[in-house]
Amino acid sequence: MPPTPHPGEGDAHEALDPDAVSSRPPPRVRPVVERTTPTAGTEAAPVDKMRAEGLRAWFGAHEALHGITLPVRANAVTAIIGPSGCGKSTFVRCCNRMHEVVPGARVAGSVLLGDTDVYDRRVNPVRLRRLVGMVFQKPNPFPTMSIRDNVLAGLRLNGLRPSDPAAVVERALRQAALWDEVKDVLPRSGASLSGGQQQRLCIARALALEPEVLLMDEPCSALDPVATAKIEELLHELRTRYCIVIVTHNMQQAARVADYTAFLFQGDLVEYDRTDVLFTRPRERRTEDYITGRFG
Amino acid sequence: MALDPLSDVRAAALASTHAPDLRAPRSLRERAVGALLAGAAAVSVLTTIGIVVVLVREAASFFAEISPARFLLDGEWTPLFADKHFGIWPLVAGTLLTTGIAIAVALPLGLLAAIYLSELASDRVRRWVKPALELLAGVPTVVYGYLALSFITPGLQHVVPGLAGFNALGAGIAMGVMILPLIASLSEDALYAVPAALREGAYALGATKLGAVFRVVVPAAASGIGAAAILGVARAVGETMIVAIAAGQQPRLTLDPRVPVETMTAYIAQVSLGDTPHGTLEYRTIFAVGLALFLLTLALNVLSHRLRRRLKGAAA
Repeated sequence: MPPTPHPGEGDAHEALDPDAVSSRPPPRVRPVVERTTPTAGTEAAPVDKMRAEGLRAWFGAHEALHGITLPVRANAVTAIIGPSGCGKSTFVRCCNRMHEVVPGARVAGSVLLGDTDVYDRRVNPVRLRRLVGMVFQKPNPFPTMSIRDNVLAGLRLNGLRPSDPAAVVERALRQAALWDEVKDVLPRSGASLSGGQQQRLCIARALALEPEVLLMDEPCSALDPVATAKIEELLHELRTRYCIVIVTHNMQQAARVADYTAFLFQGDLVEYDRTDVLFTRPRERRTEDYITGRFG
Repeated sequence: MALDPLSDVRAAALASTHAPDLRAPRSLRERAVGALLAGAAAVSVLTTIGIVVVLVREAASFFAEISPARFLLDGEWTPLFADKHFGIWPLVAGTLLTTGIAIAVALPLGLLAAIYLSELASDRVRRWVKPALELLAGVPTVVYGYLALSFITPGLQHVVPGLAGFNALGAGIAMGVMILPLIASLSEDALYAVPAALREGAYALGATKLGAVFRVVVPAAASGIGAAAILGVARAVGETMIVAIAAGQQPRLTLDPRVPVETMTAYIAQVSLGDTPHGTLEYRTIFAVGLALFLLTLALNVLSHRLRRRLKGAAA
């Protein structure tokens, strides 16, 4: 069972200084976190948008997840961190049933979206993926489509005809902080953009469907620092409206963008807590070793 | 204290009498093998050059007698008759008509087969169907010719009124079946080369399998599929046996698929197998026709090559 977060503690909510994390004092001595102004979300109990219950996943005979139970809070960013191969990508791919797209992949346990188990036999994964959007590691705009058509691709693939497509395109691109850069070149190919722009186009493409949850699988690992900063800034804006799960191998990034962080190691959930708590006062030795850079 | 790690090796090699001499020139054997391989590559290049030289020389002596204007502006092709006309268009029309029918049959079927194999078929089915498809490509074209003459055309005569015994339709359909494996196989390669990330991107947006295939994968593979179609066209343009057997040998400026026509290739076969004496004007017509055919297939190959290069650029 993962520990529940401590909403009452009112720790500093701002992103932690990554240097402070890596050079923090030895274990046992808890660093004192300055209490700043109480931030939103510290009073009301957080709502679970999604919840994995005993989630296990396999690739053929290899078990990648050994029973993960993890809440995903509404209107917040949840980061999944852990070393390569720990199952963090597999976890998010189970949330929108993309895991099963790979031949030989299997899942047990459940993932609740609201009250519905997405692995219920009556759930159509195609409908689910409309509600649980996904952004991939490598930007993958559709190369044969224009920027505009890329944004509308999700609606069209679902057979939806928006009454005002131009408004849909503008809203999604504004939400993805890309509108000002591309508003004059909407008919150009999506592949003509820079890597960071392509990734924001992919975010806009996912947002155009107005998903309830947005899964991001290492969305910045193929981007340069400037593009990464833009995506992180964007996450700060999106967190109020969407429920976001971000997989990252970059602990500083998790510390900067996430409200909650889960540490996965070798297919197990080691620790889950509010980001500030997890990075300053981890309960588990393995978490501490990982975030202080002793392995991984 | 050697900074260059190699220098240690060299020193050791020079110190030891058993060590190989690192400064030895490339062995004779290696150079001989290299020359052999270069020679093998040269054969095909030299053959092509030889063909072009012969074609151009013979065609030039044809055009010395018959002006290119007569070749390009006359609407009849009757060089073997008393009333001689040398207009290439009836042969071009026959070629385009049979090729058009062939591609109309082969492209939709081949593309659907490729989509099935690449996107829908299980590994087991794919392991059986692909070799079977490639077997179809190994059937001698003379078999397809008689298939058209004695099976397709009689069958079509029940459905198509006024279909002659020799006609472009039956020959074109048989040619379509012949190039089907080529188009299916090359299209399958093009679909398979579409990055998995694009399929996943479509699925993650709530696309169904078919939605992802038709809206994302097939458009992304369009240039490869186009290249496959063009190679299929080139194959059909150059095909001789099927049209010589089943399309009739009557040059006719028509696009009516029910009547006998003659293609450029069938004309060349007719003259070179017949009793037309070598060195005559009639005999040299086949080089003029051959040159026109060569230019046509060359253009198609160049186009296909460009499309495939674009496909590689897109997949990278």
